[in-house]
Amino acid sequence: MPVITMRDALNDALREELARDESVFLMGEEVAEYQGAYKVTRGLLEEFGAKRIIDSPITELGFAGLGVGAAMAGLRPIIEFMTFNFSILATDQIINSAAKMRYMSGGQFKIPIVFRGPGGSAYQVSSQHSQAIESWYAYFPGLKVVMPSTPADAKGLLKSAIRDDDPVIFIEQERMYGMKGEVPDDNDFTIPLGVADIKREGTDATIVARSLLVPTALKAAEELEKEGISCEVIDPRTIRPLDIETIIKSVMKTNRVIVAEESHPFCGIGAEISAEIHERAFDYLDAPVKRVSGADVPMPYAKNLEQLAIPDVPQLIAAVKEVAYV
Amino acid sequence: MATQVVMPKLSPTMEEGQVARWLKKEGDKVSMGEPLAEIDTDKATMEMQALSAGVLRKVLIHEGESAPLGQPIAIIGEPDEDISELLKTATAAAPAKEAAPTPAKPPESDKAPAIEKPTAEPAPAPTPEPSTDGRRPAGGRMLVSPIAARMAAEAGVDLNSVQGSGPAGRIIKRDVEEAMKAPKPAAGTGAKLRPLAMPKAQPGAVYGPSAYRDEPMSEMRRTIARRLVTSLGPIPHFFLTTEIEMDRAADMRQQINTLYPDAKVSINDVIIKVAAVALIQHPQVNASFQDKTVRYYEHADIGVAVATENGLITPVIRAADVKSLIDIASEVRELASRARERKLKPEEYMGATFSISNLGMFGIDEFTAVINPPEAAILAIGAMVEKPVARNGEIEIHKTMRVTMSCDHRVVDGAVGAQFLQTFKQILENPLYLFLGS
Repeated sequence: MPVITMRDALNDALREELARDESVFLMGEEVAEYQGAYKVTRGLLEEFGAKRIIDSPITELGFAGLGVGAAMAGLRPIIEFMTFNFSILATDQIINSAAKMRYMSGGQFKIPIVFRGPGGSAYQVSSQHSQAIESWYAYFPGLKVVMPSTPADAKGLLKSAIRDDDPVIFIEQERMYGMKGEVPDDNDFTIPLGVADIKREGTDATIVARSLLVPTALKAAEELEKEGISCEVIDPRTIRPLDIETIIKSVMKTNRVIVAEESHPFCGIGAEISAEIHERAFDYLDAPVKRVSGADVPMPYAKNLEQLAIPDVPQLIAAVKEVAYV
Repeated sequence: MATQVVMPKLSPTMEEGQVARWLKKEGDKVSMGEPLAEIDTDKATMEMQALSAGVLRKVLIHEGESAPLGQPIAIIGEPDEDISELLKTATAAAPAKEAAPTPAKPPESDKAPAIEKPTAEPAPAPTPEPSTDGRRPAGGRMLVSPIAARMAAEAGVDLNSVQGSGPAGRIIKRDVEEAMKAPKPAAGTGAKLRPLAMPKAQPGAVYGPSAYRDEPMSEMRRTIARRLVTSLGPIPHFFLTTEIEMDRAADMRQQINTLYPDAKVSINDVIIKVAAVALIQHPQVNASFQDKTVRYYEHADIGVAVATENGLITPVIRAADVKSLIDIASEVRELASRARERKLKPEEYMGATFSISNLGMFGIDEFTAVINPPEAAILAIGAMVEKPVARNGEIEIHKTMRVTMSCDHRVVDGAVGAQFLQTFKQILENPLYLFLGS
């Protein structure tokens, strides 16, 4: 299996799906001529032409709306946000149109659209450009939310998202574009939405982590193994629909849970997972579910403060020890 | 029939209403559909109509007070109807509230004498669990993680006996697992053996006949003695028999003899020692009937019945309660051999406090022995045999032995003898106890 970066894995997924289905097209700021602000769309304009790889003006609400309309008309748009921080401008189209249309039209319209782009923290791009806002989108019925943590997952999940008949929010972690991993170069390789992946098996505590925090959790698990504490690491991969069954099964085995995330704690995905666990597996818990979230402050610009605002390996180790009463 | 008037929903978004004005007073007649009160909702002041006819018997929410939707605010009924039940449910439905922002008007004069004064019953204060042991946190509540609680319930572990190692003493999974590993107390209703200080024999000490104290006989004890003698000779005997599992005692004896081949400890020596220890725990049996007193002995001087050509003689092991098994074994051997040679001095075969007679070597399963006065009891030991024993629905092979104790009923009552025998059996079945004394 070739070892490629997350960026190239996403590029492969886009290329394969554009080639597979003529109704797929890509639109966003700088996606064509400039080949993407993060080079995810490199080479696509050349290969598929300006009719299918479209540079948009800097009008998130506008081109998101164009996408929803195109989807209603039968196309399968991929709308790239330069970052998900800018998707905030497009939320009316995403939430009021894309998420609701199938329901409000009594099923007459499907909206097979993907909104994708980088999210979460990057390196010193400060408060307005470092936000993990998956909980906003996961909140609304009608949207699916996907967050890959490996190049292979990125490719398999993006292909499934493009083929899905409902709107999918596909959030790539900005810091992870350069992450390398083995990726199948099979055109038919897909990963179903709504299925969690057990990234590491263990018996003493479960770390539920997504996106940026998956590698952190795996590193923490490795360190803890040296101390005789065996951690299971579960990546839900799809935030909505959430594969809670896999998480619950793990909780029943380990009795102790950490939810790790770079997003803010309040009203976050971690809070939701924690609530689900308490409702479904209360009798199996040996300690309260512990969240390790990003700091509850706007992301600081200063490098040292930025580092402190994102959960790291020592924080996860401390949290696991807390729930394992070590 | 009396009915409760509840706070009605007078606007689509209303969640609670404030009584602006009662249009009827308690005791006023009310007909159905008649305006009853004015209610301030979140939107406007609305008139509320009576939904039943009768007399406004009780106003529960006074002017200026608020109530959530559905809460009883008044009771309408017949003038002389008993509404105490309705009142009770109405006050129960009312959420315990802080004093209303607007002070309530005092209730208007009660015209219906049957009505009790409305008392805002404070919600019963949660009774804190009594802190029965120091392990509980100050709040008095036992902290247990959910999985620990469930595991304990399933395994029958008493959480009161588990020490929590989590924060604030929370009992966690690990603690219950530890508790589950600990051996369960042996099943059965037997009284628990308590650890007993077992003094050791002083090196070189020579023990004469045991010291004793005489206690005046109670009137009751005297009467019991008098009546029983008339029934059954001078010493009214009764008999208690029990079967004892001897596997552990036999093992122990064998192990001791492996370690100290010279010790030559016999099962009978073990029985002597166990009986002596049990006697110290049950001084009422280590006693004798005197004319006006009951004599209680400090030590257990055990008479051991030895058959000789000329008949039975019982050399005495003095203070067997404080002597080691090995000492007892050698003493018994020495005394028995001299007994056979008729070389025992009188003080060596007189004045025991309790006797043991063993016919097990003759294959006797069980028998009754005759008490050697003035002792209060004698233990008759049958043969140790292997036999099938039903245990938890399975048949197991165990070494068993039947013993019968003859008791002097003037001193030892049935229950007292039984308790002694129970202790004797427990120790003999778990002879490690002999080595646990402090």
